[in-house]
Amino acid sequence: MADAKSEPVISLREVTAELGGRPVLRGIDLAVGRGEVVALLGANGSGKSTAVRTVIGQVPVTGGSVEIFGTPRRRFRDWARVGYVPQRTTAAGGVPATVTEVVTSGRLARARFGVLRKADRAAVTNALELVGMADRAKDSVSALSGGQHQRVLIARALVSEPELLIMDEPMAGVDLASQEVLAATLRHQVEQGASVLLVLHELGPLEPLIDRAVVLRDGCVLHDGPPPKAVGQHALPGHDHVHPHDADAAPVRTGLLT
Amino acid sequence: MEFLNYAFMQRALLAAALVGVTAPAVGIYLVQRRQALMGDGIGHVAMTGVGLGFLLSTSPVWMATAVAVVGAVAMELIRWYGKTRGDIALAMLFYGGMAGGVMLINLAPGGSNANLSSYLFGSLSTVSEEDVTAICLLAAFVVLVTVGLRRQLFAVSQDEEFARVTGLPVRALNLLTAVTAAVTVTVAMRVVGLLLVSALMVVPVAAAQQLTRSFAATFAIAVAIGVSVTLGGTVTSYYQDVPPGATIVLLTIGVFIVLTLLATPLARRRARASAARDAACTADVPGSRPTSDEVTV
Repeated sequence: MADAKSEPVISLREVTAELGGRPVLRGIDLAVGRGEVVALLGANGSGKSTAVRTVIGQVPVTGGSVEIFGTPRRRFRDWARVGYVPQRTTAAGGVPATVTEVVTSGRLARARFGVLRKADRAAVTNALELVGMADRAKDSVSALSGGQHQRVLIARALVSEPELLIMDEPMAGVDLASQEVLAATLRHQVEQGASVLLVLHELGPLEPLIDRAVVLRDGCVLHDGPPPKAVGQHALPGHDHVHPHDADAAPVRTGLLT
Repeated sequence: MEFLNYAFMQRALLAAALVGVTAPAVGIYLVQRRQALMGDGIGHVAMTGVGLGFLLSTSPVWMATAVAVVGAVAMELIRWYGKTRGDIALAMLFYGGMAGGVMLINLAPGGSNANLSSYLFGSLSTVSEEDVTAICLLAAFVVLVTVGLRRQLFAVSQDEEFARVTGLPVRALNLLTAVTAAVTVTVAMRVVGLLLVSALMVVPVAAAQQLTRSFAATFAIAVAIGVSVTLGGTVTSYYQDVPPGATIVLLTIGVFIVLTLLATPLARRRARASAARDAACTADVPGSRPTSDEVTV
């Protein structure tokens, strides 16, 4: 990347990956410079989420190299520097959990042995305040709306005080009030110097924050440069439609144990 | 309380209480991962261990533990690698384990399916001194893992993909969960039996959930329910001459039903309170945006 601000915090070179024997990434290059906000765009099935999942090690690469903060991913251990927001429509599991309990789990990157100190509890409160959820701290996550779930997931990513944020469709199924909160939270992080890799369906309310857009199609990089201008109906003011992801959000699992 | 004077009842109550603690303590993580029936699968596989114990004239408890651990690790590996038709592989493991147990016990000198029955449905009154020692050691391991690593296990069971990015050793923790579940199955084997063990892992957790909002409270209440029903069932079976394993499981389901009935008005009140809070108009929507929001989650 010629215009990367300095050494990249994320660097994918010639990365190939497949899911169930089907090639999903066909040799993509992707770099995020320090302090840069990069949007990864593309249609469903273009490989956006897979690309992000190769960065965090959820999907193994079949070729090419992945580096985080200049370290090959396999040898990267300093995960407290990375905050991750997976593509989810819910923060809930099979057992009730409070907002605080879910957000605290993000702090394990810093509280390695699970012993929480004062600073850890303060970080949880702080992260909840950043996303405007401090008043719901003791509520069960299952009582929250879609946008509030997303805010909790973002607080969970922010609680380790990361330098790099990776977010997979953070705006999916999010109401307007929460979209505004999320955009403000992200702006705040960027002002503090965070680097961001965002998987998005479309730019939407985050558009002003984005330095560069990488567009994928069918596992290849189609465009890498300034964010594409919206055209046609998508360009109309106030047009930011939200795509709920219920069908493709759930990972494929074997039937019997799930 | 005259039953406390009998050594066999003392052993039975100790074993029952330990099962009451350990089964929900592991079960809560299985329920959280939506693998509530994993305990049932491990129970099936452990039957081969019991059969092997009889055949080799060694302790069925320790042999069942060994085989259940191997089976649980195999299930975890199938979950990682067997993306396609993983459920079929698991079915073969379960029923292979069950058939293996029946076959081995019939090959054992003097063995018959009658011996197996005390492991299938529990046989509290015949718990030996040696069994109690094994159960105590195994239960200590289970408590150490489920309480000591509760934050790590919570994170992995809540969201495995996210846990990986916090740097937690996700695979090691998954294996540890599987092994701990296997150990719990064999702890519970003499009390409620291999075929009913899964009920004690799942139902107390489901019952506790009716009342709680937090994981910590669910854990505490599930364990409290577990201990109450195992002790209650054991004492009932002493007075009424009914099988303890079945009594314990039916009691647990009874607790679940009662708590569900009690919790319904509670949940309704909470929902109303939450709706009232959300109904207050606080969002200032910018004029340039459409005012209808398309929340569909």
